[in-house]
Amino acid sequence: MDSRIYDAAVIGAGVIGCAAARELKRYELDVVVLERESDVCEGTSKANSAIIHAGFDAVPGTMKARFNVEGNKMMDEVSKELDIPFKRNGAMVVCWQESEMPKLQTLFERGIANGVEGMKLLTSDQAHKLEPALSKDVYAALYAPTSGIVCPFEMTIAYAENACTNGAEFKFGAEVKAIEKRGELFAVRTSDGEFLAKTVINAAGVYSDDVHAMIDKPDFSVQARKGEYMLLDKSAGEMVKNTIFQVPTEMGKGVLVSPTVHGNLIVGPTAADIDDKEDISTTREGLDTVKTVSALSVSGVPYNKVITSFSGLRATGSTGDFIIRDCGGFIDAAGIESPGLSSAPAIAKYITHLVCMRLSPKENKSFEPTRRGIPKLSQLGFEERAKLIEQRPDYGQIVCRCEQISEGEIIDSIRRPLGAKTLDGVKRRVRAGMGRCQAGFCSPRVIELLSKELGIPLWEVKKNG
Amino acid sequence: MDKHSLVIIGGGPAGMAAAIEAKKSGVDDIVIFERDTQLGGILNQCIHNGFGLHTFKEELTGPEYAGRFIEQTKSLGINFETGSMVLSVSEDKIITVVSRDKGLRQVRADAVILAMGCRERPRGALNIPGMRPQGIYTAGTAQKMVNCEGWVPGKEVVILGSGDIGLIMARRMTLEGAHVKVVAELMPYSGGLKRNIVQCLDDYNIPLKLSHTVVDIKGKRRLEGVTIAQVDKTGAVVKGTEEYYPCDTLLLSCGLIPENELSVGAGVTINPMTNGPVVDDTLQTNVEGVYACGNVLHVHDLVDFVSEESGRAGKSAAWYIKNGGKRENESRNVSVTAGSGVRYTVPSVIDAANMSDFIHIRFRVRDVYKSSEIRVTSGDSELFKKKKKIMVPSEMEDILIKKELLDNVGGITVEITGGGV
Repeated sequence: MDSRIYDAAVIGAGVIGCAAARELKRYELDVVVLERESDVCEGTSKANSAIIHAGFDAVPGTMKARFNVEGNKMMDEVSKELDIPFKRNGAMVVCWQESEMPKLQTLFERGIANGVEGMKLLTSDQAHKLEPALSKDVYAALYAPTSGIVCPFEMTIAYAENACTNGAEFKFGAEVKAIEKRGELFAVRTSDGEFLAKTVINAAGVYSDDVHAMIDKPDFSVQARKGEYMLLDKSAGEMVKNTIFQVPTEMGKGVLVSPTVHGNLIVGPTAADIDDKEDISTTREGLDTVKTVSALSVSGVPYNKVITSFSGLRATGSTGDFIIRDCGGFIDAAGIESPGLSSAPAIAKYITHLVCMRLSPKENKSFEPTRRGIPKLSQLGFEERAKLIEQRPDYGQIVCRCEQISEGEIIDSIRRPLGAKTLDGVKRRVRAGMGRCQAGFCSPRVIELLSKELGIPLWEVKKNG
Repeated sequence: MDKHSLVIIGGGPAGMAAAIEAKKSGVDDIVIFERDTQLGGILNQCIHNGFGLHTFKEELTGPEYAGRFIEQTKSLGINFETGSMVLSVSEDKIITVVSRDKGLRQVRADAVILAMGCRERPRGALNIPGMRPQGIYTAGTAQKMVNCEGWVPGKEVVILGSGDIGLIMARRMTLEGAHVKVVAELMPYSGGLKRNIVQCLDDYNIPLKLSHTVVDIKGKRRLEGVTIAQVDKTGAVVKGTEEYYPCDTLLLSCGLIPENELSVGAGVTINPMTNGPVVDDTLQTNVEGVYACGNVLHVHDLVDFVSEESGRAGKSAAWYIKNGGKRENESRNVSVTAGSGVRYTVPSVIDAANMSDFIHIRFRVRDVYKSSEIRVTSGDSELFKKKKKIMVPSEMEDILIKKELLDNVGGITVEITGGGV
């Protein structure tokens, strides 16, 4: 048993847990993050639409509305501090007939009430002029310029790295089994020992109701709602500039078509409630649905250019809103479904506020908010790239040919704080294996590098987990 | 900026054969850029035999076949740079290349030969539903692990796709002690050579299930099993035929895709049927002085064909460099069209006024044809006819057309007639 007493034990190293850990380190607080997997960003944070929503979707007055708009506004600074790619590419919500105009109008009004800036209602002509690939059938659109795209892996990893370099501890392979109130403290029993903490942050994603149940009978439940996606080659990445949504239905925001911040095209998600919180399989029906439904808003998506498909689980709370509150030092961050990624910066700030109310810590004067990412050689100009390779020749040895990722970048991804331990870990940090051949050529070489750096045999290098 | 007469992108069988013939045709200033640590390309991992029957009249292993070309490349004093990845080629033939030793630089070339080869179609592009655990590899990736890295990625194996690498790996995995349970093929015919079906599956009692595909994948971290089902003529799954195979490894051999991202960047037009450049009889693309050969042009079954074709590209490029692109006679282009039963032809156009005495036309058929004829026609007249006992999509066809046949025609069509499917 670790006899230390932490100020905060964060359960779950997804984007919420990692962002919270980082914000908590702005104060003189001892923070530990407990994660059952071997890496950060292994759950819902790794498989979603990768959108920073503008914030017109949520009902005014809800936490979703508040944190989405606030989080969206924070993203310019966050992306700069953490050195992560973020682009305000804009979003459109399209409808197909006049009878649906009230739905667009409602979103427009919600947006105004939520504080979303710059929205416009577009006629069919105006919408098609901005996005020539829109289906002919599109009748009108709501346009929101503040909507953005981000890399959810890099965002989560960057938050975690910055939390780590500022002193937050990360325990991997530590699945929380039980939580016991011991005097003023919480004793959190995990598969890797017990941790004592003054406060506990429940950022356990689809399991946040189960984790809450460890201290008290929960007054909410979390439904895993599966969403299937297809990702297309970069040669299809310029089909649309904006993220194209469809007017929402009961089951979510419909199927979107969007460029990714790395220049691919993403299409999805479906929405299906499932019982198994581990079931991230794709289905033939789901992928077919993605194709059919996407065609309603964008014509001619070249599905022969799909490079991979995947599914993720939304943590849909039974209250309809995020459940973020202090239950006697046990702080829930539950039911964080969409717009969870967009809200993460603001939720982290709010969680920190709740902890500070309780513990009244001093400000951490040595907190360093900036993180330098791994240089992205393929995106640098010729001179800058040439100069870096001169200093580090291994930046000149290409390993992943599709994404042009060098040996140096891969080694960096393994050696960094909270570095990669698996093929997927490398992929999420530097995109080796993320391209059109899907790691066919580079995986033997990446396995070799992981084997060498981690001091394990080739056959023990894992894809994930 | 350095300048070279000829830059060849790729040091596999295509690139080396092109370089050797260009050198023999009098081009001295050649450089081959190879991204791997050694010359030889994919042959280095193909340690089985059966290579070179046409070229050397003997059966060689892949590394032996490559070795003969590597020796020639070296003895002719042809420059090659390994560990060198070409990042882009511009329309005016400026090549950006990066390597550990020489860093990032640009070189200018009078002529360029594209010889980058192809890649395997990954699971994602096949849209196979299910989980995404460890244990799913393309057959070529597994081949590299077994033959070059010295470790076997699994013990209980299912193979999807009957392409040649998949068949070869069925045997290879078996020899390494793995249990290959089944090879499933979506199409009603095999994707690989007949000899590989016999030598790699039949000899080891590995069943081949035609018109079958993988419809589900189980396992969170490590692959636990796959479900295979029959498909009908439209490719739809036949309900009730699903069968679960526990396994820890799924190998995919579902087609090869010419790797033409650099070509597209250079302004080269791509034929959607081959995913390779559109070329004329000299193997020149639509960009003057840029040639293509080997698997980047169209996927081959036999490396012997690659070597022969690439030698021609090397000669053509040499001629281009010497003559500055000027042809002897005024060009007279004869188009080559893929007719009934033919998926594509290489080349797509022949300059009949300047062609050599005969020209290879290579193509693939769309289906299995028994006791049929290959016909070359122009309008209503038949120029050429050849009987074939059997033709299958997995084996490339090759016909030789004499120059005089094209004397008075504007275009020809290659088609399959007679016989039955």
